Amino acid sequence: MSNTITLKYSVSSEDFTRAGEASSDVKSKLKKMNLPPEVIRKVAIAMYEGEINMVIHANGGEITVEISPTEIVIILDDIGPGIKDIEQAMTAGFSTAPDNIRSLGFGAGMGLPNMQKYSDEMSIKSTVGVGTTVTMKVYIK
Amino acid sequence: MTDFEHSVHLNSDLCKGCINCIKRCPTQAIRVRNGKATIISEFCIDCGECIRVCPHHAKLATYDPIDVLKNYEYKVALPAPSLYAQFNNLDDINIVLNALKLMGFDDVYEVSSAAEMVSEMSRRYVADNKKKRPFISTACPTIVRLVSIRFPNLIEHLLPFNAPVDIAASLARKKAIENTGLPSDKIGVIFISPCPAKVTACKKPIGIDKSDVDAVIAIKEVYPVLLPLMKQVVDMPEELSSSGRIGVSWGNSGGESGGMLTDSYLAADGIENVIRVLEDLEDEKINRLEFIELNACSGGCVGGVLTVENPYVAQAKLKHLCKYLPVACNHLNTDYIDEAFLQKPIEYNPVFKLADNFMDSIAAMSRINELCDKFPGLDCGSCGAPTCKSLAEDIVRGVASEHDCIEVLRKYIKQKSKELNNK
Repeated sequence: MSNTITLKYSVSSEDFTRAGEASSDVKSKLKKMNLPPEVIRKVAIAMYEGEINMVIHANGGEITVEISPTEIVIILDDIGPGIKDIEQAMTAGFSTAPDNIRSLGFGAGMGLPNMQKYSDEMSIKSTVGVGTTVTMKVYIK
Repeated sequence: MTDFEHSVHLNSDLCKGCINCIKRCPTQAIRVRNGKATIISEFCIDCGECIRVCPHHAKLATYDPIDVLKNYEYKVALPAPSLYAQFNNLDDINIVLNALKLMGFDDVYEVSSAAEMVSEMSRRYVADNKKKRPFISTACPTIVRLVSIRFPNLIEHLLPFNAPVDIAASLARKKAIENTGLPSDKIGVIFISPCPAKVTACKKPIGIDKSDVDAVIAIKEVYPVLLPLMKQVVDMPEELSSSGRIGVSWGNSGGESGGMLTDSYLAADGIENVIRVLEDLEDEKINRLEFIELNACSGGCVGGVLTVENPYVAQAKLKHLCKYLPVACNHLNTDYIDEAFLQKPIEYNPVFKLADNFMDSIAAMSRINELCDKFPGLDCGSCGAPTCKSLAEDIVRGVASEHDCIEVLRKYIKQKSKELNNK
């Protein structure tokens, strides 16, 4: 038996009532798996931020979560507009969220900074007009 | 009661093995096995939802009989504020308190008095510990248990205080010893409770070794006894009440928050709503608030399953009673009182874990995912588990089998009969 679990979620766009479903499913699974609470917290928050970002900016996409004995890898894959300037997008407070999204209380410009804060490793690959792939890792131990 | 685990329990003679309770339980603590419901003790948080929903009245709450008063030489009643909300046209709390004395109690100590002290200390504590905000109330024992088994990252946000009833019990005992000179074991401190969770919290506490509450009786048992006695005292009740609006309001959802004297709070009631708030708190979606009040029962303590009145009618009655009260009657002359603090930290109790280590948990989780793909996803409950996923977990834990699923069993039988026909 393989010692890695792969979970796949498809995230639908602009449906805020469902945003967070994938991360809450992952959280509930991890809670049953004998992990330190801190690891669960980091994964839950980082993944929720990523999931919300996909809904706001990228018309949804796909999330893959790999749970292995040493780390949890979260891959957020979208075919959205792409990020023009990754460094700028990583700046706390920078946001391109439209007004209708901000009026819902999102778009504070903390999405990517928070994802980085709560993951042990994060990389972003993005091509304008093609899409973005964010890979986050949370180490176990 | 040395083997006491939970107040909520099953009368298996009455249980018909239907699926109402397994579907309603917020921690998925109930299974139907061999035609009868069974409660998984570690998962149960004594919320009483199954008592509410069972059409056969097979789910019950354990509490002490009124006769328990006979066991003590000097008896002190600790009425919950929700008791006051049960009566029609009540304008004066003293009528209830006098009736309690006629019922056989030597003294009363209102839980609402201690609640006012907790309000004062909570205000101070929240102001002094800004970094640990938001703080979660520890007044509802179901919430404390829920956090301890399911929300490990929120344990540090719990207020460090005992529930008002425990503080009231300690103070009432001290006062009774001073007044009577009797040894502690001759004094009975008896709580009149709106819910089974408080019974469990007194008999098997978390955060303290032993509660000062000696016995717990149910509001619904006391209610019919008090009614005629209240008529006797209605004209000239002795002045016994010593709590104000802040304390008495604790019986309603939002009452404890009112005592925090801040707008920076939320008050959620009803166990499903509470769980949503806790999930959001854990994901740091709610971080600007100072205080989070959570009540497992809809409406707050007035909604407890051991009460008589409709919770929302009771809320209105309690508000009416509060109209005539001063804001508060209890003021501390120190910052904190010793009785208020939990004696030991609340610990994470990972009862839902699938295996004893992470490696085995990975294997267990993959097996669960395989099983879930095999099951129809109807969550019909026919297997005795509330959802297909919980059946998969039960199988991995070794307490159920695949053929408990009637869909899987049906396919299996079809396959077998095909094989036989082909022979």
